[in-house]
Amino acid sequence: MAEFSLPANSIVKKGKIFEAPAAAKNIKRFKIYRYNPDDGQNPSVDTYDIDLDACGPMVLDTLIKIKNEIDPTLTFRRSCREGICGSCSMNIDGMNTLACIKAIDEIKGDVKVYPLPHMDVVKDLVPDLTNFYAQYASIEPWMQTDTPPPPDRERLQSKEDREKLEGLEECILCACCSTSCPSYWWNSDRYLGPAALLAAYRWIADSRDEATGERLDELEDPFKLYRCHTIMNCTNACPKNLNPAKAIAEIKKLIVQRRN
Amino acid sequence: MSLRTPLSNAKGLGSAKEGAHHWWAQRLTSIALVPLTIWLAFTIASFGEFSYSAVILWMQSPLVAVALALLVVTMFYHVQLGVQVIIEDYVSGWRKVASLIALNFACIAFTFMGLFSIIEVSL
Repeated sequence: MAEFSLPANSIVKKGKIFEAPAAAKNIKRFKIYRYNPDDGQNPSVDTYDIDLDACGPMVLDTLIKIKNEIDPTLTFRRSCREGICGSCSMNIDGMNTLACIKAIDEIKGDVKVYPLPHMDVVKDLVPDLTNFYAQYASIEPWMQTDTPPPPDRERLQSKEDREKLEGLEECILCACCSTSCPSYWWNSDRYLGPAALLAAYRWIADSRDEATGERLDELEDPFKLYRCHTIMNCTNACPKNLNPAKAIAEIKKLIVQRRN
Repeated sequence: MSLRTPLSNAKGLGSAKEGAHHWWAQRLTSIALVPLTIWLAFTIASFGEFSYSAVILWMQSPLVAVALALLVVTMFYHVQLGVQVIIEDYVSGWRKVASLIALNFACIAFTFMGLFSIIEVSL
């Protein structure tokens, strides 16, 4: 069944308040979701008043500042700090995005930082993405061919065919799209979600791949593919401005096309 | 406890190799319902009087009866396809199976009830 109310041990309590230094003039309030699996307590929202004059411009800069200078127990994923690795995806100001490319001054009022929605939380802002990655693996995201590669060079692709992969191959698997999708919230055990479907279409659209039919066979399923109801949250959320909803629509069109 | 691998869970029971027909039928019935419902709304709005005999007379035209029959069939087929999606989204386990059976029975029953009534009145 879809879950519409939080289980008792998921109800979020008020947390600690960390005040800004007395000399701070440019203060912004950050409300950050905290959960520690080891202390047996419910999750809470801690409040950090941050002096923006002593902090970098992005939300990730604040998280790193908090971890370095205020509260070393704050746990989150991060790596490249420039929007290419997809590690620091989280829910900021009500939208799934990457903390490293979300500017603090874009946010009015308090900055609310939560983990990606409707995922099991490992700790604080770290969601469990095991199933998400397994779904990506299940669409077999590699080139499949019967024709052996030419002995003296790589497989060729025309410029026109390469352009068909634009908007598909840039996906960094940050999971912002899939975890913004209500269909994925209710049925992530069976629905592949926008990220895995966009990746599947990336290989369907690749002129060098020879497994298009098998890929479409695997996707044609009421749950794997057709749980997509064109809600478009995926496209709204994508921090790389990709369009997973369009990729899913293309898959549906190809499946109808081969029947008629 | 399960020691299945995450990939095994993600693959589940595999693809049903089905769903395209449902998706396409949902879109076809939507398209068909546009002219049918507009026709019905306009015709009813342009009715001079709503007396029993006037409506019976109207329904006795074969064109009207056929259009009404098409509307009833298309509409309940569309309802069945749409509500099935909602049930699959939000319900699981035995409740899902029971709701889907009830839905199918109800939609087929209502379709036949509509068709029988149209035939009864228009003959």
